[in-house]
Amino acid sequence: MTLRRLQAILLKIGFWLLVGVLMLYAIFPFYYAVVTSLKPSSELFEVSYWVDSVDLSNYAAVLSQPAFLAAIRNSVVVAISVVAIALLLGLTAAWALGRVRFRGRTTVMILVLGVSMFPQVAVLSGLFEVIRTLDLYNSPGGLILSYTIFTLPFTVWILTTFMRQLPDELEEAAIVDGASPWVTLTKVFMPLLWPAMATTGLLAFIAAWNEFLFALTFTLTDSERTVPVAIALISGGSQYELPWGPIMAASVIVTVPLVILVVIFQRRIVSGLTAGAVKG
Amino acid sequence: MASVTLENVNKRFGTTRVIEDVSLEIGDGEFVVFVGPSGCGKSTLLRLIAGLESITHGDLMIDDQRVNNLTPPERGIGMVFQSYALYPHMTVHDNIAFGLKLAKSDKQTMEERVSQTAKILQLDNLLDRLPKALSGGQRQRVAIGRAMAREPKILLFDEPLSNLDASLRVQTRNEIAHLHERLGSTMIYVTHDQVEAMTLADRIVVLNEGHVEQVGSPRALYEQPASRFVAGFIGSPRMNFLSVTGRTAGEAGCQISIPGLGDQVLPRRMENDDESLTLGVRPEHLIPAAATGESGFKILNVEYLGSEAYLYLQVPDGEALVCRTEAPCPFTRGGRVTLTFDAHRAHLFDRDGHALPMIAAPDTQPAPAQATTS
Amino acid sequence: MTAREQQGAPPDNGRHAASGDGSVRLDAPPRRERGTRVRRRRVRAAWLFLTPMLIVLAAVAGWPLMRTFWFSLTDASLSSLEGAQFIGLENYLVFDEGWYGIMADPLWWQSVWNTLYFALVSVSLEAVLGVIVALVLNAHFRGRTLVRAAMLIPWAIPTVVSAKIWAWMLNDQFGIINHLLMGLGLIAAPLSWTADASLSMWAVIMVDVWKATPFVALLVLAALQMLPGDCYEAAKVDGISPVKVFFRVTLPLITPALLVAVIFRALDALRVFDVIYVLTSNASSTMTMSIYARQQLVEFQDVGYGSAASTLLFMIIALVTVIYLYLGRRQLGGES
Ligand SMILES: Nc1ncnc2c1ncn2[C@@H]1O[C@H](COP(=O)(O)OP(=O)(O)O)[C@@H](O)[C@H]1O
Ligand SMILES: [Mg+2]
Repeated sequence: MTLRRLQAILLKIGFWLLVGVLMLYAIFPFYYAVVTSLKPSSELFEVSYWVDSVDLSNYAAVLSQPAFLAAIRNSVVVAISVVAIALLLGLTAAWALGRVRFRGRTTVMILVLGVSMFPQVAVLSGLFEVIRTLDLYNSPGGLILSYTIFTLPFTVWILTTFMRQLPDELEEAAIVDGASPWVTLTKVFMPLLWPAMATTGLLAFIAAWNEFLFALTFTLTDSERTVPVAIALISGGSQYELPWGPIMAASVIVTVPLVILVVIFQRRIVSGLTAGAVKG
Repeated sequence: MASVTLENVNKRFGTTRVIEDVSLEIGDGEFVVFVGPSGCGKSTLLRLIAGLESITHGDLMIDDQRVNNLTPPERGIGMVFQSYALYPHMTVHDNIAFGLKLAKSDKQTMEERVSQTAKILQLDNLLDRLPKALSGGQRQRVAIGRAMAREPKILLFDEPLSNLDASLRVQTRNEIAHLHERLGSTMIYVTHDQVEAMTLADRIVVLNEGHVEQVGSPRALYEQPASRFVAGFIGSPRMNFLSVTGRTAGEAGCQISIPGLGDQVLPRRMENDDESLTLGVRPEHLIPAAATGESGFKILNVEYLGSEAYLYLQVPDGEALVCRTEAPCPFTRGGRVTLTFDAHRAHLFDRDGHALPMIAAPDTQPAPAQATTS
Repeated sequence: MTAREQQGAPPDNGRHAASGDGSVRLDAPPRRERGTRVRRRRVRAAWLFLTPMLIVLAAVAGWPLMRTFWFSLTDASLSSLEGAQFIGLENYLVFDEGWYGIMADPLWWQSVWNTLYFALVSVSLEAVLGVIVALVLNAHFRGRTLVRAAMLIPWAIPTVVSAKIWAWMLNDQFGIINHLLMGLGLIAAPLSWTADASLSMWAVIMVDVWKATPFVALLVLAALQMLPGDCYEAAKVDGISPVKVFFRVTLPLITPALLVAVIFRALDALRVFDVIYVLTSNASSTMTMSIYARQQLVEFQDVGYGSAASTLLFMIIALVTVIYLYLGRRQLGGES
């Protein structure tokens, strides 16, 4: 009996230990970035696990750089525009793919899935040409356009999944009431899909906010960069003397909003991720 | 108000024929019920009339205008769905007003129409509620209100009561009957429940595997079923069926010998001699009498329902016979009874299930034929 | 026609016979119709609604992809895309007193190998870790929501940022990892994780695993939560050991979800760019196909050659996708 109890207690301790280790593993890097960012540059090179005294000089340094502020502004503009475009086009496409049976539907679905799978590098040269032709090189417009390549397919995919779950009779009721497809979509379905749209929009926002390759390739000047590129390109006097304090401060600044969003909306994000993936 | 005419209407899904050559005339202001077992195509037929499915072949007319190519609102129909399908994010008011808004009614007529509809359906106090704050019966009424609001010429119901509990179902059934009286609009109502059909309908259309078995008033269907299918479907408990052989007996009709009931002449006209037929007698038309010794039928069970009782009688081969009697009754399980029945109220069906036609008028009441037990 | 009207409704024959006057036009079209008007309108609307998406996808994906294919057959350079000359397959392979072209470039083959190695190792680790994390999150304990939120943090952090954070933690002189390992006596001298060719791949894998495990875990968790509870009860009653239950019951049931997660991750890993670019830049020991292609395209301005590399990468990923779809269909067919 006591052996049983002992075993149960050990098991419990082991479980909580595992939970602790996983938590530490998940959170520690970010925590350490925060710690580093709050240290004055003089203390930077002594490893310590917590903050003794809060020093905001790194933040001041980062936020006083016009280039970094511009990057934040660009990232916000690009991410929000991408979300808006992806949701608008995604919602109409999802209605078509989720609710209407027509010839070629499967083909379109496979096409969309295919686009979501192919490597960004594969379109780099062609897209570069398109963007230059449209005179969007080195401007947020070019990034907004190019980001639809990865946000639009999964937006369509997830919204289609949610759209399918709405009952058929609801749409038939609208048809009997004389609603056109557009009215059905905007007046009946859209209000019911707000949660799904919030989820999808959040995922698209995160994806656009985090994108690096296109932003690196299609922008040239500091004033047009997005945050990831700005952070990647922060450099000190030489390659071996990176200003870690400001880098960590910038990292924290651009990550905190995301972390807050994720913690608040974790349930939605989980449902969105699974809707997008499981139905493949 | 409008009449509806179907001429050889067919519906195929891919290669499966779901509706086969249905021809019907539904009069102005009539209450018609489509009834049949689940999967027989009732909903499909209703949706063809509504314009939610395309007619593969044949014509659908509303008021003599061919409407095959019109949309549901153009046809002037309103529909109540099985799941109600209320717009979850709209208040009761907006649910009812949605169709009017889309029809671009001016605000005043719209409000009038909504409040009028709400009054008829006793929804006045609920107009600001969302559907999720309503009970099942209230949702049902909102669904009806939404269908009514545009004053459609034809109201369609697809099993509207199947989501309600039993007592509410009876109540709502009465309300729908009352509504029909009040509005006087043409109504087509789909159900698989023959009691609903009998209580509501002016005329019943019995569907079986996509074709019409019989059309008629509840009484006609009950008293003169055109086929074995209809005879078995309408009436509860079900009509008793027995296999018999028949011989023509001249003007008198058809002589049959019934295992356990002896020989009897029924006033039914038959074409061929010596045919194997099916005899159908409803439980209430079998009259039991206490039997002595080993004669008659053994009572397997007695179902006591207060005002009446049902006896389940053993038949050598085949399903038990059901027989209705007044309650209280002297019969007990394990006992034996002999049976007699009114020859004019018995039905005969040929090998294909068609009813043999009646010879004499059924309202002359001859003395019950005495059946001698073997 | 089997309808036998026994008791007819008042058939308004006079009115009915007059049909045709108001419906001549409607009677004209062929008897056999393809769908109701509602349906035709819906199909038309469907295409209309799809058009903007299709145009955008064609503009950002279809057309650029075609152009990339084309560029791979030319000598285009970044400064003169318009003046590109067709040179056939020379970017891929050409014999000119020795083999030239991508297929003959040892660096390309190394980056292919690096990519495959990276994808295989990191996705395997993510699958194993993801299942463990999912099992933990599936247990009922206080603060589960909090732990789940914490697990999402690595996923939400921009890749560039996580690469930077890890670069700092892995810093050879001042990094906390070296500090920790030396404190524990596991290593004698600091390791230069990102610079040392034998370690840098592992550093990259470490970061990727950290960032991507939550994704796998969430998908597996979703599958775990859909499992029926009763077979566990049964197993518990039968006294089967939890380990056995996991391998006999749980794992087979979550395999489909795990496979989906793995294929998504594998496709991501095969096109990996940003982690590596930030952590180790263009170092050959961690060069992947994407890094190689972009370096040719942008840094060496050789659009033709870079496009050829991109095309090869695209084909490899397309191949993986097709195999996946094929297997997926087979699996679906087997299930039903
Ligand atoms: N959209 C459809 N596609 C294919 N078959 C259908 C479709 N709708 C109904 N059916 C088939 O048509 C038959 C009749 O269906 P329905 O009209 O719904 O029957 P019910 O009498 O129960 O309402 C069923 O066998 C059903 O499977
Ligand atoms: Mg039905």
